[in-house]
Amino acid sequence: MSKKLTAQIALGISILAWLTLSIVDLSNQFSTANNMDSGFFDWLPNFLFLVYSLSVFAFYKSRIEVADRLNLVDLLWKIFVTGMLTTVVSLAIRSLDFVLGGTQLMKNALVVDFLFLINLGLLTAFIIATLVVWKRLILYQKTKRLLMFWAIFEYALFGSILLNLLAIPYSEYFLIVIVALGLLVSVNMKWVAYLSFKQKWKSILLLVLILLYLVYFYINLSTYRELYPYLSLLTNSIFIRAAFVFTSTYAVFSLLVILFNLPTTSAFEQKLNEVLNFQRLSQSIQTETSEDQIFDILLDSAVRTVEADAAWIELKNSDKVFLHEITYDEARQIKTSISESDLGLTHKNLVSGEQSAGVAGKIKNGLYKSVAVFPIRVNEIQEGVLYLLKEVRDGFTRELIEITGTFSNQAGISIANFRMLSEALSTERYKEELKIAKQVQTKLLPIALDTNHDFEVSTFTVAADEVGGDYYDSFKIDETKTALIIGDVSGKGTSAAFHMAQMKGVFLALAQIDLPPAQFLKRANLAISSGLDKTSFVTISYFIIDSAGKTIDFARAGHAPSLYFNKEKNKAEYFKNKGLGLGIIRGDKYSNYIQQSSFTYNPGDILILYTDGITEAKNTDNDEYGYDRLLEVIEKNADMASEEIKERVIKDLYSFCNDKPLQDDYSLVVIKFK
Amino acid sequence: MVKIESGTADNIVWIKIDGEVDASSSIQLDESLHEHLGKDKPAIAVDCAHLSYISSAGLGVFMSYIEDLKVNGQKMVLYAMNEKVFNVFKMLGLDQLMNIFDTKDQVIEFLNEK
Repeated sequence: MSKKLTAQIALGISILAWLTLSIVDLSNQFSTANNMDSGFFDWLPNFLFLVYSLSVFAFYKSRIEVADRLNLVDLLWKIFVTGMLTTVVSLAIRSLDFVLGGTQLMKNALVVDFLFLINLGLLTAFIIATLVVWKRLILYQKTKRLLMFWAIFEYALFGSILLNLLAIPYSEYFLIVIVALGLLVSVNMKWVAYLSFKQKWKSILLLVLILLYLVYFYINLSTYRELYPYLSLLTNSIFIRAAFVFTSTYAVFSLLVILFNLPTTSAFEQKLNEVLNFQRLSQSIQTETSEDQIFDILLDSAVRTVEADAAWIELKNSDKVFLHEITYDEARQIKTSISESDLGLTHKNLVSGEQSAGVAGKIKNGLYKSVAVFPIRVNEIQEGVLYLLKEVRDGFTRELIEITGTFSNQAGISIANFRMLSEALSTERYKEELKIAKQVQTKLLPIALDTNHDFEVSTFTVAADEVGGDYYDSFKIDETKTALIIGDVSGKGTSAAFHMAQMKGVFLALAQIDLPPAQFLKRANLAISSGLDKTSFVTISYFIIDSAGKTIDFARAGHAPSLYFNKEKNKAEYFKNKGLGLGIIRGDKYSNYIQQSSFTYNPGDILILYTDGITEAKNTDNDEYGYDRLLEVIEKNADMASEEIKERVIKDLYSFCNDKPLQDDYSLVVIKFK
Repeated sequence: MVKIESGTADNIVWIKIDGEVDASSSIQLDESLHEHLGKDKPAIAVDCAHLSYISSAGLGVFMSYIEDLKVNGQKMVLYAMNEKVFNVFKMLGLDQLMNIFDTKDQVIEFLNEK
C-alpha cells in the first residue's frame, strides 16, 4: 500500500471517528440534560477518541515519511503550518463565540459542546502532528537504545487512552511515568548541530510560534473547562495532558539548545567547510581534466577557508599564474615587499624548495597587512607557491596555516595522482598501439611461401614481446621464376612494423618487374631510404630461383649471410658476397657496395634463410647460438624434408637457450630442392 | 651497460668504448660522438677493444655520422674490434664505408697520411 493511500485512508477514518464522537457526545449531553439514558456505552467516547488519535497519528506519520528527503527546517515548517491552520479555525470559533456571546444560541449546552469538540479535535491533531515531527527529530541519529526508549514512550502514551477507556484507578500516577519517559527521550537534540546559522534562526522563529499555538490551545481549553464545568469529556485525558507536556517541553528544550548553539555555529560551519573543501580537492583528481583546474580549486578553497582578501598561485616551471582579486603587477610588488620583510629568507628557501612548511607574517604594502606563503610540492619537488593576503594584521592564525598547509599538500598529491593517471593512460594507449602494430605485422607475413615442382619451403617465425621487424615473402614472377626475400628492420615497435609494411610494398612492386637482384637492391634502397630516419636501416637478402635453368641469382643488403647446403659435397657454407644495408647511403653509389651472385642448384640442396635473432640468441651463460651450431644442425639433418629440418633447427635452438626468454624475433625459411 | 671515455692526444680525439652498446646505451655513444663532431675539429679514433657487443641501434649511431663526417671533412676511425663485433659491422656492410683498423699504430699512420 502506498504511503499516499495510507494517508488518505487514515484521514478518512479520523474524520469519521471525530464525527461519530461528536454525535455520541452530543447525545450523551442531551440525555444528561434531559435526565435520559442515551443508550450509548460509557466507554464509547474514549474508544472513538482513541481511534481518532491513532488515525491522525497514522495520517501525519505517512505524510511526513513520504517526504523522506525533507530537511529539518521544513519539518518545523510543517507543524507551524498545521498549527496556524488549527489556530485560525479555533480563533474563528472564538470570534463566533464573542459575536454571538450572550445570545440564546450560545447558552445552549449542545452548541457549546459542539464547539468544544471542534477545538478538542484541532488541538489533538496539532499535538499529534507535533509529536510525529518531534519523533523524527529525536530519532535523527538513531541508536538501538534510543529506538527502544522511544517505542516504550509511544506505547505508553497511546496506551494511556486505554486507561481512561477502562477507567483504571490511580491512572494519575501513570501520567508522571509518561512525562518522565518523555523527558528522557527529550534530551536527544543531535539534529540541532546540523543546522546552519541561517537555519537556526529560522528554527527559533518557528519554535516560538509553535509554542505560542500550544499556549493558546492550553488557555483555550482551560477557559472551556472553567466556563462550562459540565464538559467532562476528555479534559482529564492523560493522553492529551502527557502529549501536551511532552510536545511543549521538547519545543522549549530545542529552542534553548538552538539559542545556546548559535554563537558556536559559525566555527562549526567553518570546520564543515574545511572538510568539504578538502574533499573537493581530493575528488578533483577523478573529475578534473587538467592540472590547472586542480590549482584553481586549491586557490578557491584556500581563499574561502582563511577568508583571504587576495591570493595567487605561481608555478615554478611555467609562466602560469592563478590570480584572485589581485593583478599580476600587484602580485609582483608584494613579492618584493615579502623579500624585504622579516619573511625574506624563509620565503627564498620556500621558493627554492628547501623549506616545505608554509609560513605567515607581516608585510608593509599599502592595503595588505599580513601574508601567508605555502609551497606546492609534487612528489617532494617544489613546483609552485601559494600566496594569501589579508588586509588585517596577523590575519593568519596557527590553525589556519595548518589547514591551508594540508590543502596545498593535498593539491600536490592530487597533481601527482593526476600525472600518474595520465601516464598510465598513455602507457595503455602505447600498449594498444603495439597490439595493433603486432596484428599488422602478423598480417604482413605470408601464411605460406610460393613453391613449385622443384623445391619445397617451410617457414617459422616468432616475435619477441614487442613488435619486431622480421620479414619474409615470396612472389611468383612466372611459371619458372620465384622471387624470395628475407629481411629485418632495425628498431622495434610501431615504427619497425611501419617500415616492414613499406618494405613489403617495395618488394611486391619491384618483384613484378623481374629485376636482377642487384638492381632490385639498388631500387629498393632508393625507395626505402626516404622513409627511414638517420639511425635506422633495413637488411634484406633477395633471391630469384629459376627452375628452368636450375639457377639461383641473389644479392645481399647487409642481411645475415644465407646458408647453403651442397648435397654433392655434403657440406654447408655461408655465402660470402659483400653487401650493404638499405638506408645507409643513398644514390647511385649504393651499387658499388653490393654484389650479385649466381649458381646452379641440384636436388637435395638446401637454402637456409634466417634473421640474426637465431644466430644471436643467447643462453643463460650469455653464449650466442652462433653460425657454427646452425651450420652443424643443417648438415646433420640434411636428408630430412624441409619441414623436418625446420623442426630440428628450432628444437636445437630452444634446447640451447634453455628457458631464457627470447630477446629478439627470429625467423627461419628452409628451401629444399627436389 | 657501457662506459665511454674520451680524451685528446696528438690532435686526435680518442674515444674508448667499454661494454655493450644496445638500444639504451646507444644514446650515450651518440652523445659522446656528437660532442666531438665539427668542421674544424680533430679526427676521431674509437677504441673498440672492450666493445663486447653492438646491437643494430649501436650500428645505427655510427651509420648516422657517416654522411656528416664526409661533409665536415672530418675523419673517424674504429680499431681493435674483436672478431664478433667486426662481423656485425661487416655483415651490414659498414666495413666498406668506415675505416676500421686492427691496431692503434695503423690508426696513427692512417691519420697522419695527409
